[in-house]
Amino acid sequence: MLALGAASLAVPLVPGLAAIGLVDGARRRVRGSHGQRTGDGLIDVGRVLAFLGLAGWSLGLIILVVARREEIGGSLFFQTYLRWRFLKESFPSVRRGFWVNVKLMVAAEVMVLVWGLVVALLRLAPGAAGAPVRWLAVAYIDIFRGLPALLTIYLVGFGAPIAGVPWLGSQSLFVRGAVAITLVYGAYVAEVYRSGIESIHPSQAAAARSLGLSGPQAMRHVVLPQAIRRVVPPLLNDFIGLQKDTALVNVIGLVEGFRSAATYAGTRFNPSSIVGLGLCFIAVTVPLTRLTDWLLARDAARSRA
Amino acid sequence: MSFLELDAVTKCYGHKVVLDAVDLSIGEHQVVCLIGASGSGKSTMLRCINGLERIQGGEIRIDGQVVSGRWTDLEQLRQRVGIVFQSYNLFPHMTVERNITLAPVKIRGLSRAAARARAMELLERIGLAERAAAYPDQLSGGQQQRIAIVRALAMEPQVLLLDEVTAALDPELVAEVLAIIRELADNGMTMLLATHEMSFARECADLVCFLDAGRILEQGPPHQLFSDPREERTKTFLHRVIEGGRM
Repeated sequence: MLALGAASLAVPLVPGLAAIGLVDGARRRVRGSHGQRTGDGLIDVGRVLAFLGLAGWSLGLIILVVARREEIGGSLFFQTYLRWRFLKESFPSVRRGFWVNVKLMVAAEVMVLVWGLVVALLRLAPGAAGAPVRWLAVAYIDIFRGLPALLTIYLVGFGAPIAGVPWLGSQSLFVRGAVAITLVYGAYVAEVYRSGIESIHPSQAAAARSLGLSGPQAMRHVVLPQAIRRVVPPLLNDFIGLQKDTALVNVIGLVEGFRSAATYAGTRFNPSSIVGLGLCFIAVTVPLTRLTDWLLARDAARSRA
Repeated sequence: MSFLELDAVTKCYGHKVVLDAVDLSIGEHQVVCLIGASGSGKSTMLRCINGLERIQGGEIRIDGQVVSGRWTDLEQLRQRVGIVFQSYNLFPHMTVERNITLAPVKIRGLSRAAARARAMELLERIGLAERAAAYPDQLSGGQQQRIAIVRALAMEPQVLLLDEVTAALDPELVAEVLAIIRELADNGMTMLLATHEMSFARECADLVCFLDAGRILEQGPPHQLFSDPREERTKTFLHRVIEGGRM
């Protein structure tokens, strides 16, 4: 059985590697004779072979796992991280906790979109009169990008009520957590917005101003709409980080996904519940990651065109 | 009676003097062309008149009213003085119609409907009414530049500044833009153009100014300046232009 599995792993590698070699060789030949053109027909053959290789390889892996399921399932590794009974048993509380993370994500993302833009605009305040405002914005960005997120969350979430910070000090743990995350990511997102605004050629603002629009009107109607369109991919990139960091809010005592899963893991002396939570996070972040990559690739293709 | 007056206008970038005590006087309904090599200060002069650049010395007046210096109401100045750029600078995220109606709606307080009607009327005149819903990148350079001119006209300026508006265009698209400018001149629009189109300047300008190193070295009616320039440098410049086949 083991031999069969090993063989099924090895055999498909042969056409797979052959396909890679073939495509590479074909590309080189085509480039040699036609300059930049790629040999579309040949790549299709290569793709088919590569796909067959991959399919065979996957099949081999499945056969191997199925054949040895008793042994694999019974291994200490699997019993530690993926014990089905614990995964199932902890899931209701993990799901309830993760729902808090999801609410944190949405609340913080909405606030970050607004707050980041405010900070970016302050950072770009024009003229000599704008200098103190610019300086404040730079200080905010430097400090909150420089502090570990965990510290900010602790200082805001745990410290604000003790210090009697107006409004914030009397808010729920959830609100304090969301505000802390907003402060951290607002600093990153402000820089994303700023890079977008600065990427719009000054002639656009000049054209708007020359028509009689004021500075703020030119920003609002001409520069920002173009800038925001440009920064959507990097913005989503920061949101991926934000979504993962919602788990840090457990340090101030908010019962969210990690706290729920860790409590369960502690009582069972087994981290399977944490793996379950990890799967929840991945289910949310991976689609966003794919979307971001797709948008970036599209932008890159567009700017090449 | 002069309408737009430049009085010893000086503009520096650091220690580099770009406009050196320039005097110029333009009457209402006059068309004035600025010629001269790149870097002679043509564009800078137009940008200073529109308030896009601040001047370090002298004074600019429109209809006797000072429109330069720190306390100028720039928004008001720019309603009176329109400018069109070499690179069109249409707003790429807006349709043609929105490009034209934005400023009239936001600044002149026209209703959307009134602004749209006016925009359509102007587009009709340049034969681009059917492209009102298009985005700038769907149009040719010549079409974009014509729309940029219309966008400036929609604010009903008293003076129109044109900064080498045909310099970025393919040769076959230049004519359609010049035709509009010619029509504006015929309708009595006061215009100041920086241009390399010498034959156009010769045909349409009331006054041609030759700029050299930030000064108006020589000015006169086109037939005089082109056929019988007084200054040696004007002669050299015009000679080069003729050699380059631009005249």
